[in-house]
Amino acid sequence: MEPMGKVLAISPEKCTGCRLCELVCSVFHDGVSNAARSRIKIMKWESEGLYIPMSCQQCQDAPCMIVCPVKAISRDEKLSRVMVNHDICIGCRSCVTVCPFGAMGFNVIDRKNFKCDLCDGDPQCVRFCEIKAVDYLDADRVSIAKKKAAAEKITAAQRQAIALESESH
Amino acid sequence: MALNRKIAYIDLSTGKIEIKPIPLDMRRKFLGGRGLDAYLLYNHAPKGCDPLGPENPVIVSGGILTATLASATARTHVMAKSPLGGMLGSCNMGGFFAPEMAWAGFHHLVIKGKAEKPVYLWIKNGKIEIRDARNLWGKTTTETQWTVREELGDEDIKSLVIGPAGENKVRFANVMTGIKNSGGRTGMGAVMGSKNLKAIAARGTMDIKISYPKEALEYNKRFIDQITSAKVNQTQGTLGTPFIWGATNSWGGVRCRNFQYNQQLYCDEIEPEAIDEACAETMGPYHMAGCFGCQVHCRAKYKIPTGPYKGVYDEGPEYTSQGAFCGEPDCTSLETLLTGNHLVDQWGMDNLETGSIISWAMELYELGILTSKETDGLDLRFGNDEALLEMTRRIAFREGWLGNVLAEGGIIASEKIGKNSFDYLIQVKGVSNLHSDERATPALALNIATASRGSDHLRSRPAIDLYHLPQEVMRKIYSNPVPYDGPLSSEHTEYIGKPWQVFWHENCYMAVDCLGICKYHTTFLGATLPNFEDWSKVIYLNTGLEFTPREIWDIAERCNMMERLFNLREGLQREDLKKGDMLNHRYFDEPTRRGAPDVVGRVIDREKFKKMVDELYEYKGLDKNGVPKPETLKRLGVEKEPSRLL
Repeated sequence: MEPMGKVLAISPEKCTGCRLCELVCSVFHDGVSNAARSRIKIMKWESEGLYIPMSCQQCQDAPCMIVCPVKAISRDEKLSRVMVNHDICIGCRSCVTVCPFGAMGFNVIDRKNFKCDLCDGDPQCVRFCEIKAVDYLDADRVSIAKKKAAAEKITAAQRQAIALESESH
Repeated sequence: MALNRKIAYIDLSTGKIEIKPIPLDMRRKFLGGRGLDAYLLYNHAPKGCDPLGPENPVIVSGGILTATLASATARTHVMAKSPLGGMLGSCNMGGFFAPEMAWAGFHHLVIKGKAEKPVYLWIKNGKIEIRDARNLWGKTTTETQWTVREELGDEDIKSLVIGPAGENKVRFANVMTGIKNSGGRTGMGAVMGSKNLKAIAARGTMDIKISYPKEALEYNKRFIDQITSAKVNQTQGTLGTPFIWGATNSWGGVRCRNFQYNQQLYCDEIEPEAIDEACAETMGPYHMAGCFGCQVHCRAKYKIPTGPYKGVYDEGPEYTSQGAFCGEPDCTSLETLLTGNHLVDQWGMDNLETGSIISWAMELYELGILTSKETDGLDLRFGNDEALLEMTRRIAFREGWLGNVLAEGGIIASEKIGKNSFDYLIQVKGVSNLHSDERATPALALNIATASRGSDHLRSRPAIDLYHLPQEVMRKIYSNPVPYDGPLSSEHTEYIGKPWQVFWHENCYMAVDCLGICKYHTTFLGATLPNFEDWSKVIYLNTGLEFTPREIWDIAERCNMMERLFNLREGLQREDLKKGDMLNHRYFDEPTRRGAPDVVGRVIDREKFKKMVDELYEYKGLDKNGVPKPETLKRLGVEKEPSRLL
């Protein structure tokens, strides 16, 4: 069996705030340009130059799944994602209320909730983000970059220590 | 879909708002954006109207592709008669305003009249409301935007605003959105200020249907790869536009000390790499920001590292800020650059015009044409950073005799200062030249002399002329979509073949402005970037409208002709120094003093320049006086303008 699926790995510090991800998300899913329909949204603190992409974390114990009164929400383990079955969904928006990340949207035009479905394994936000502020990685690889960056500091210190030592001899 | 975005006519005097669809045949003739704006201005501005009077319409627009999949559809365009030179006023900015306005249902706004008290427009999902802005008056550009959001309770609102400079009708006040995105040129902020219009706020959640979404996504991906693979855009994405200033300064293509030198020396602190370092130190290694949908991300984020504004956040400084606060006044301090950039952003004033006009005043001061009496004791010599920033403040708030005079723009200021001050004013059609020096580059000189909104590089500059491209590459670019078998020269000091290049770029950039995309996504700085053929596809996939590349070229030519007709109606005469297609005498009489061996000692040859203008006029279908021939108007289908169809 394949190991557990890939996840959306977000590096907020890289985000340029361009919102192309929002545009391609709405076109891919709904055939229209409308940032209000995007499953991913860039939250901005413009006066500080901070941009943070926010999307569904595809939780293991997803609050939306737990709260859903009609069991319309389930986990798709194959792609490691949380999915909504709109044939069952009654549109009560409990999932919208309970999501700790605000990642469950409610579309006022179609009167339906909507969330990231990882574009069935080819997330368009990742595909179009040149700087890779949004990436699609195996879950166990997400922390590797940070590990390496932290480790690099240690190696730098080690190198310095060695250099100092050899100088003193 | 994009084509059902509407046009709204707003009369601030009466409060009347009228909303209309944009007929398809108008789209086929003018596309949208700047092109349709030019039609609207010609049809709605009465001949000879006072630019700061109620009858001058201010027109705000997005392009036909705004918020669709066409790489970077961020641009907002604003047009009116310019209070700077009394000719065409036009500015174009990035950011996020036009997409929001398109999602709110609108592509064009035509705003006339004058509100009794300060107001702002609130546009949301098909509706427009005129609201009280008395509490916004006096606020800086960012304070205004944040206050509007708070007042209306929506953080996603995008606003187009003016700062104190616009309120004070500084004739080169700009229109701003976000921290940095500025519609800088030709004083559109003053026109808004004259109407008591402080801001236009937009918020939209209306679908824009994409005609062929799957294909549009795929095409857009290819488009973006093409754009981001260009070395020039990769450099823009790391160093921002300062890299252009650095490169241009290295060979001597930058104005210094008004127009006395063509290169700034001893300016290590403000080289692109040094600016980048300051940004990285204050904002971290990833400090570039992008406009809507753009993967070039050429705008840097920074905090001012030292001085009285230490720790204050802003964005840029871009190419023009370097010219304004460094090259032209010959100041070399990073702190001055970052602070000056911040001040004009906050007060809403065109950095380019500000730096240019102060540098002119500095030259006049050193020549004794201005004295400390006129400057109210300010020691306005070149290289005086403090005086530069203080004069910037005086202009924005119209303080002191000279501050108030310079706020009127170069032409009026030269009349008030008198003597031979006008001889030193580096402008075309009342608009200051970009801080580049074109004496060694005839193609670029022709571009600024004939640009429709006055001296400007973004109208027709063949920037790739500096790359010494192989003949076959030039031939490929310049003989599409219309055949051209005349001469082309890879040599930037040549005069031959340049008029065709200027004509080609004039049409290319007009098409870009009609689509609502950024010039970094076309044949401006990169020779391999998309143009007419790609646009034909991208328009079709997004809107379903079919145009051949040649048809897009024809539309661009028609739109350029509308701008020409406007300028002619307002008094354009070929060799008029204030209203013509003419350069300051210094271009012809004063050789460059610095720069690379093929740059130093250059002037523009007056006779050859005339011939270039003649040739460009021929391509444009104008007679020797620059007036369109009847058959040209007929060919372009504008012989009956103003037709008042929209």
